[in-house]
Amino acid sequence: MDGHDAALRLDGGRPATAQRPSSVVGRRSLWLLPLAFLALFYFYPLVAILRQALMPAGTPDLEGLRKLVSTPVYARTLGFTVYQATLSTLVTVILGLPGAYVFARYDFPGKALLRALTTVPFVLPTLVVATAFTALVGPRGVLNQALVNLLGLEAPPIRLMNTLTLIVIAHVFYNYTLILRIVGNFWANLDPRIEEAARVLGAGRWRAFWHVTLPLLMPAVLAAALLVFIFDFTSFGVVLILGGPRFATLEVEIYRQTVDLFNLPLAAALALVQILFTFALMALYTRLQARLAVPLELRPQRLTQRRPVTWRARLFVTANLALMIALLLLPLAALVARSFSTSAGLGIAYYRELFINRTGSVFFVPPIEAMRNSLLVAGATVGLALILGLLAADMLARPGRLSAWLDPVFLLPLGTSAVTLGFGYILALDEPPLNLRASPWLLPLAHTLVALPFVVRSLLPVLRGIQPHLREAAAVLGASPWRVWREVDLPITSRAVLVGAVFAFTVSLGEFGATALIVRPQFPTMPVAIYRFLGQPGELNYGQALAMSALLSLVTGVGILVIERARYGGMGEF
Amino acid sequence: MNAYPLRNILFVLLIVALAISACGPAAAVPTATPTAPPATPTQAPPRKLVLMSHDSFNASEEVIAEFEQANNAKVEFLKAGDAGKALNQAILSKNNPLADVFFGVDNTFFSRAIDADIFEAYQPKGLENITDTFKLDPRFRLTPIDWGDVCLNYDKRYFEQKGLQPPTTLEDLVKPEYKGLLVVENPATSSPGLAFLLTTVAHFGPDKYLDFWKALRENDVTITEGWEDAYYGQFSGGSGSQGDKPIVVSYATSPPAEVYFSEGKLTEPPTAAVIGDDTCFRQIEFAGILKGTKNRDLAEKFMDFLISTRFQEDVPLQMFVFPVNREARLPEVFVKFAQIAPKPAQLSPEEIGANRDKWIEAWTDTMLH
Repeated sequence: MDGHDAALRLDGGRPATAQRPSSVVGRRSLWLLPLAFLALFYFYPLVAILRQALMPAGTPDLEGLRKLVSTPVYARTLGFTVYQATLSTLVTVILGLPGAYVFARYDFPGKALLRALTTVPFVLPTLVVATAFTALVGPRGVLNQALVNLLGLEAPPIRLMNTLTLIVIAHVFYNYTLILRIVGNFWANLDPRIEEAARVLGAGRWRAFWHVTLPLLMPAVLAAALLVFIFDFTSFGVVLILGGPRFATLEVEIYRQTVDLFNLPLAAALALVQILFTFALMALYTRLQARLAVPLELRPQRLTQRRPVTWRARLFVTANLALMIALLLLPLAALVARSFSTSAGLGIAYYRELFINRTGSVFFVPPIEAMRNSLLVAGATVGLALILGLLAADMLARPGRLSAWLDPVFLLPLGTSAVTLGFGYILALDEPPLNLRASPWLLPLAHTLVALPFVVRSLLPVLRGIQPHLREAAAVLGASPWRVWREVDLPITSRAVLVGAVFAFTVSLGEFGATALIVRPQFPTMPVAIYRFLGQPGELNYGQALAMSALLSLVTGVGILVIERARYGGMGEF
Repeated sequence: MNAYPLRNILFVLLIVALAISACGPAAAVPTATPTAPPATPTQAPPRKLVLMSHDSFNASEEVIAEFEQANNAKVEFLKAGDAGKALNQAILSKNNPLADVFFGVDNTFFSRAIDADIFEAYQPKGLENITDTFKLDPRFRLTPIDWGDVCLNYDKRYFEQKGLQPPTTLEDLVKPEYKGLLVVENPATSSPGLAFLLTTVAHFGPDKYLDFWKALRENDVTITEGWEDAYYGQFSGGSGSQGDKPIVVSYATSPPAEVYFSEGKLTEPPTAAVIGDDTCFRQIEFAGILKGTKNRDLAEKFMDFLISTRFQEDVPLQMFVFPVNREARLPEVFVKFAQIAPKPAQLSPEEIGANRDKWIEAWTDTMLH
C-alpha cells in the first residue's frame, strides 16, 4: 500500500527538505482540540449521568440492567428500532442514489435552489412536519378529499397516519438530503472517464455502474448510509408523533424512563445499549471503509457535468426531480399554504400576528429577534464545527490503529440519547468555569457535538481519495505541511467543507438534539418560538406556529444558498 | 458582475444577516422589563432572582416588571421542558440549584417533589385567600398557585349535525354510538393523558379501571403521545384542528382559549367541555423555594407575589388556568365560557405517588402491547 506509506511519510516528516519538525508537532497538537472538545462536552457529562444512574451510592447498582435483561419488552423495542432503521435506510439509499447521480452529472436550471430546498426538511420540528403530512395524507387531507370526491367513496382511502409506512416516508423526507449531498458531492468529483473506459471496453450501462462506479462510490455511500441509519436508529419525534404510541424506539423508551418515570437506572442501561450498538456498528463501518477507500484522480466538477440532452437523460432527470418534488417539496408547500390560509380566507394574518404581543406576555418573541438568535447560534456552530471537523478529519484521514479507534468515537454523539446527555450536562457542568447548564453558550456547543460527525463524514471520503503523490509532490517542491494542506487538501475538499457547513448550519437551526437542554426564554430561537405557539389551543396560536415554521424554512433555504455561494478566492475549485 | 445577479442578492442578504447579528451581545439577552426605568446611580444594582419552570409558564411583562421595581430585582427565567422533565432536572441539580424558585409541580408529581426534598418551607403572605382544599402540603414546602380541570372536549358542530347527544359520563364512551370518536393522550408521556387515566382509576377503582380501558380499546379509541398531536392532529373541533375525531381529552378552559385566540372572529367556542360528575380531573399547580437558594428573602417576596391578587388575576389569560386566590377577578372570557366541574374525580397525591408508575405500566401493557 504505497498510498498509506506516502501519507505516513509525509506525516512523520522524515524525508522532505523543507519540513520543520516544530510545524509537525504543532499540527499534531492541534488534533488535541477536537479530542478535548469531545472529552469535555460528551464523555464527561455522559460518565456523570451514567455514574449517578448506575452507582448512586458509589457501588454499582445493577437493578436497571437486571430489569432490562429480564423484561422481554425491551428486546422487542431494540428489535423494532433496528428493523425500522434498516428499512428506512434502505429506502432512503435506493431513492437517493439516482437523485445523487442527477445532481452529480447533470447541470440544469434551478439546481442550486432545488438542492437547498431538499435540505430544508432537516430543520423542521417533527410536530410541524406532522402537520404538513396530515394536511396532505391525513383523513381530511388534500389527497384523501380529492380521492373521495373523484371516486365517490364513503371513507378516506389513504390510511397512513400512525403506520410504519408513514415512519419510513418521514425518515426519507428528513434524510434524503444526506444521500443527495454526501454521495452526490463525491460522485461529482469522480472522473467519468473511468466509467466511459468500461463502456468502451464493452460493458453495458448497468455492468459499468455495478462493477466500476458503485465500488468507487462505496466509501461515500457507506458514510451517508451510516449517518442515515444512526438518525433513524435514534429517531424520536418521527416515531413518537407520526408513528403514534404503538411504536417505540430505544430513544423513545429512554425518554419515557428518564422523564416520565424518572427511572434513571433503567434509562441509563438502555442508553448504554444504544451507545454500544452504535459503536459496534461504526467500528464495523470503519473496517469496511478502510478496505474500500482507494486514492482517486478526482476531477473538478465543471469537467464532469453536462446538460441532459438525450431524451433518455432528460427522462431520467425529470423522473428524479418529480420524485424530489413529490416527496420533499409537496409537504413543504402544504406547510406554507396552510400558513397563509386563515379561517377568513387567504391572507397574512398569522404572519402579522407574529409581530404583536397580544397578551403582553413576558415571553413574547419578536420574529426578527428569534431569527437573529437562531442565526447567531447557527453561525457559531458552523465556525466551531468546521474548525474542529477539519482538524478531526485531518487526523482521521491518516491510516493507523489510532484513527481506526477514534473514527467511531467521533460519531458517538449522534448515537447517544439526547435526554441522557442533557441530564448529564445538568449534573456535570455545574461548577465555574464550566457552569454552562443554562447558559446560551451551551446551545452552539451542543449543536456542534451533533454537527461534528456530519463535517467529518463529508470530508473523510474526499480526503482519503486524494492521490498521495499530489501531497508528496508539493512537499518535495518545498511546501511546509501547513502549505501542503492549504494548497492540496483544502481546494480538493472545498466542496465537502461546504457540505459539512450546510449540515452544521441546518443541524443548529433545527436545534437537533438540543431539545433536552434548558431554555433561556429571554434568548429565544425560532424552534423555541414554534413550540411555544403549539402549546396552547386556538387558531392564532396554531397559525403562528405554522407561520414561524415557514419563516424557519425560508431562513434555512436562504442560509444554505449563501453558504454554497462561498468561494475560496483564487484557489482551484472542485 | 451582472452575470451573477443571484450571487449579488445573496451577498446583500449575507451582509444584512451579519449586520443584524452585529448588534449582537448587548441585545442578545434582552431584559424582561423594557418598561422599567433605568436604575438611578444612588440605587444598588438590581438583584437577580431565577425562576425555573416548565415550558407552559407565562406571565405579563408589566406584572413581572411591577415585582422587579418594587423589590429592585431582576427576574430571570429558565424553562426546562414539560412538567416532568423540569421537575427531574430540578431534582438532579439539588446539590447546586439552578434557580431560587421553582414553579409547576402539579398534584400528579407532588409526592416525587416532596420525597426528593428539594424545597424549603415557607408560608407566603395571603394564604388566607386560598381555599383550604388546594393546600396539600401542611408544611408549605409547596404552595398552590393555580388549578384547572382536565375534561373531555367535544366538537359541537359534529354532534349537532349527527343529531347525537354529546357524552356526559365515562360509561358513555364505550357505547356503540361513540365508537371511534374519542382521542386520548398516552398517560406515560402527556400530563392531560395521565390526568384522564387517574380519572378512570378514581371512578372505576384500581381493580376495574383496566376493564374500562379494554372496552375503550374495543370501541376504537385513538391514542396520541401528546396534547398537541391529539388536539391539532386528531381532534376535529378546534379551529386549526385537522383531525376527524370529535371527542378529545383537553382542558375545561380550552373552549375560552378558542374564543380568545380567534382574534375576535368567534363569539362562541366551537367546542365544549364535558363536566359531568367524576369525568374531570383537577390539576393543582404549586411553586416552592428551592433548597440552597442564596436569595431566600427575595424568593420569599416572589412567593408572596405569586399568590397576590395582581399576579393571580394575570394567570387566567396567560396560562388558561384558574387562580387559587378567591379575591382575584376572572376575565370576561372565563366568566362566559369556562366551565368548572362541580364534582371532579378525587385521588390524593400520596395515592398517586405510590401507584402512578404501576398504573401507567399496566395501562401501557393493556393498550399498547
